[in-house]
Amino acid sequence: MAEKLLKMEGISKAFPGVQALSNVLFDLNKGEVHALLGENGAGKSTLMKILTGIYQRDSGTIIYQGNEIEIADTKEAQQLGISIIHQELNLARDLTVAQNIFIGREPKSGFRLFLNEKELNLMTQELFDRLNIRLNPGELVEDLSVAKQQMVEIAKALSFESKILIMDEPTAALTDSEIDSLFTIIRNLRSDGVGIIYISHRMEELKRIADRATVMRDGTYIGTVNMREITIDQIISMMVGRQIYQNQRPEIKNRRIEKVLEVKSLNRGSTIKDVSFDLHQGEILGFAGLMGAGRTEVARAIFGADPLESGDIYIRGKKVRVKEPLDAVNNGIGYLSEDRKQFGLMLEMDIKANIAIASMNGFVQTGWLNKLNINKQASKMVDALKIKTPSIHQLVKNLSGGNQQKVVIGKWLTRDSDILIFDEPTRGIDIGAKDEIYKLLNELAAQGKSIIMISSELPEILRMSHRVIVMCEGRITGELINDEKISQELIMTLATKRIG
Amino acid sequence: METQGPQLIPNDKKKIHLKSNAIQQFLAFGSLIILIIFFSIASPNFFQFNNIIGILLSTSVIGILALGATFIIITSGIDLSVGTVMTLCSVMTGVFITSMGLPIIVGVLGGILTGATAGAIAGIAIAKFRIPPFIATLAMMMIAKGLALVISGAAPIYFTSYEAFTEIAMGSIIPGIEIPNAILIFFGMAVIGGIILNKTIIGRFTFAIGSNEEATRLSGVNVNKWKIIIYSIAGIFTGIGGIVMAARLNSAQPALGQGYELEAIAAVVIGGTSLSGGKGTILGTVIGALIMSVLTNGLRILSVPQEWQTVVVGAVILFAVYTDVIRNKKAN
Ligand SMILES: Nc1ncnc2c1ncn2[C@@H]1O[C@H](COP(=O)(O)OP(=O)(O)OP(=O)(O)O)[C@@H](O)[C@H]1O
Ligand SMILES: [Mg+2]
Repeated sequence: MAEKLLKMEGISKAFPGVQALSNVLFDLNKGEVHALLGENGAGKSTLMKILTGIYQRDSGTIIYQGNEIEIADTKEAQQLGISIIHQELNLARDLTVAQNIFIGREPKSGFRLFLNEKELNLMTQELFDRLNIRLNPGELVEDLSVAKQQMVEIAKALSFESKILIMDEPTAALTDSEIDSLFTIIRNLRSDGVGIIYISHRMEELKRIADRATVMRDGTYIGTVNMREITIDQIISMMVGRQIYQNQRPEIKNRRIEKVLEVKSLNRGSTIKDVSFDLHQGEILGFAGLMGAGRTEVARAIFGADPLESGDIYIRGKKVRVKEPLDAVNNGIGYLSEDRKQFGLMLEMDIKANIAIASMNGFVQTGWLNKLNINKQASKMVDALKIKTPSIHQLVKNLSGGNQQKVVIGKWLTRDSDILIFDEPTRGIDIGAKDEIYKLLNELAAQGKSIIMISSELPEILRMSHRVIVMCEGRITGELINDEKISQELIMTLATKRIG
Repeated sequence: METQGPQLIPNDKKKIHLKSNAIQQFLAFGSLIILIIFFSIASPNFFQFNNIIGILLSTSVIGILALGATFIIITSGIDLSVGTVMTLCSVMTGVFITSMGLPIIVGVLGGILTGATAGAIAGIAIAKFRIPPFIATLAMMMIAKGLALVISGAAPIYFTSYEAFTEIAMGSIIPGIEIPNAILIFFGMAVIGGIILNKTIIGRFTFAIGSNEEATRLSGVNVNKWKIIIYSIAGIFTGIGGIVMAARLNSAQPALGQGYELEAIAAVVIGGTSLSGGKGTILGTVIGALIMSVLTNGLRILSVPQEWQTVVVGAVILFAVYTDVIRNKKAN
């Protein structure tokens, strides 16, 4: 019989207007990987924040190593041996990798006041060696890519030598080979007797890594299952409580091939090298490639977020100058950033304000904001996109990750953009919502909107795109029609085809 | 060349980049040198020993205040109270020494303690009561101003019969060379400030809080405590500034002080410390303070009217911050 490490019982937590958790059950054994599953807003992160002292529960008990405990704050959780990798990156960008990892636990050399930087870097290097992570302890975090920053977070959590390690979507920003290494680390920890709570929306990972899974829905406990005794489909139906929409590979025939957007010889430093492509009306054009291939850079350049060195952009045959996002928006381009927190949302404002922000002109009447129309539009979007929220007046920062993403989509749908660039539209989004977003993309394309979809998930690319463009190191290395001849292997080959 | 197998290193492009702080400091230092060369050529009176000493002397008080402000600004806070708190510290020292007849050393320590207390109160208001730094220190600025006037009876307190007190700023402990102590105190405090900021846990948390307060808190750091400590340390600098000020003037002037906070902030900003927090250096602040006084002094020697001097200093601040903005853009 496995040794119980943790038992959470009858946990409830309410936020103003939201019952985030009601009577939730969760338990964890030593040396197991326990997946915590549920749709966006199911309450997974909230439950974990209660376990790490960030939120205080309204009711329920937490039994840890046989004793009932209270966890007042993060420090206490750390001392108890419970550490967490948060869903959002939480690093001090101006500090180095090593300084971030041991923040609050710095080795000191005198009077408990002076820092011992050498020892700090040494400790970090030892940690990295042990975990087989190749990062420079002295590098500034702001110079690291998102994936590397994620690695720093992981290393930091592991440095506590915790008994319980919580990972809230650790793989959302990682590539396949990085995920492999992470899994190796997780397996090692598991054999060392660490209990791991693993939150992810990537269903395909679960069979590989999880021993058991607990499913939540709408803040309630649905059940706990052994991974060996259940199929992914069964888990999904526990999560969503309904059948989900499945679409086939998109129909290629009978499409008008009017060129909506033509991009010619874009160049920007080492990130964009001679990129040319066309986008047709009513088409979903997938952009595949590894992280750092330059896909986001191309999107940002077309949207006017970054200046170009050279190259031309034509919209419906007319040459346009896109110097800043305003030009792009006026030309009917909408952009959903991969980093919605930083670039896509005003977190401190409510849903209706975020939905209206790109279309303010449409809501102004004789100099006054027509609040009624804004509210109507916001409600329409909340319904259409199934945004989970008590009302349109909720602050966006209080929404779960997936619902935040839907708000961004609502913003550009409100603007009625003809050309929509979706950068990783389903990152961090649950399987049910993912399907809704796929359905939405297909509907938009059917209505004649033209869509560029950047995605690092190949199944998503294959499932959604009419055509696929593959990039590697700033160049386009392939352009494929999505028909029977295409395969994940072919795309991967192109994505790693380095030229010069 | 590509290594295979599991390894936790994403393949993203290598960036060649210089430490951004270093560039800004180089820029600021370069501007300072250019200014000095320019004024030396423009007027033979500029590069004279006495004039240089004069410049350094006039930098000392603002400079000391700016050192403290550097800490606050790196936490992405702001301190508007340093000018009047400095005055309050001078007045308190005056009261301790002249009215209460305490030994000079006790009076000095009392003045510094006053600064630390004011800083701690502002820090508590900001950390514990969640009052934004701008407002908390604006309130502290008015409180200190009022208290200084009340305590002194709105009249200057003179240290005429306490010559040793004046020596603190105007004497010279290095025999043979006529460098006033005020200047040495400034540079001494700069060294201490640099050590605190770069070598101690206090400095580490100063940067961490300014860079990402939430992340720091989630790492189990008692952010509130450290904020109070940092504001108190800045208060100590303010107190020392107040002592030097009083010793230089040989009196505590209760009506003086307001406006110094903005000059201190200007020096910090010219020195490349970012108002959005997380970035900054003591050396930059020293250079920033020197740029301001070289500029004022040089313009005065060239008989530019005082009003225009102010205009030029304003323009320099715009320019300095603009180079900072450009640099940040390039870095991204
Ligand atoms: N600080 C808060 N204030 C108000 N409501 C909140 C707050 N934090 C979370 N919520 C709400 O509680 C519910 C659960 O959110 P939680 O973040 O735990 O979901 P999740 O399961 O982690 O979702 P995701 O998979 O999208 O990350 C959501 O409805 C969310 O809007
Ligand atoms: Mg979550």
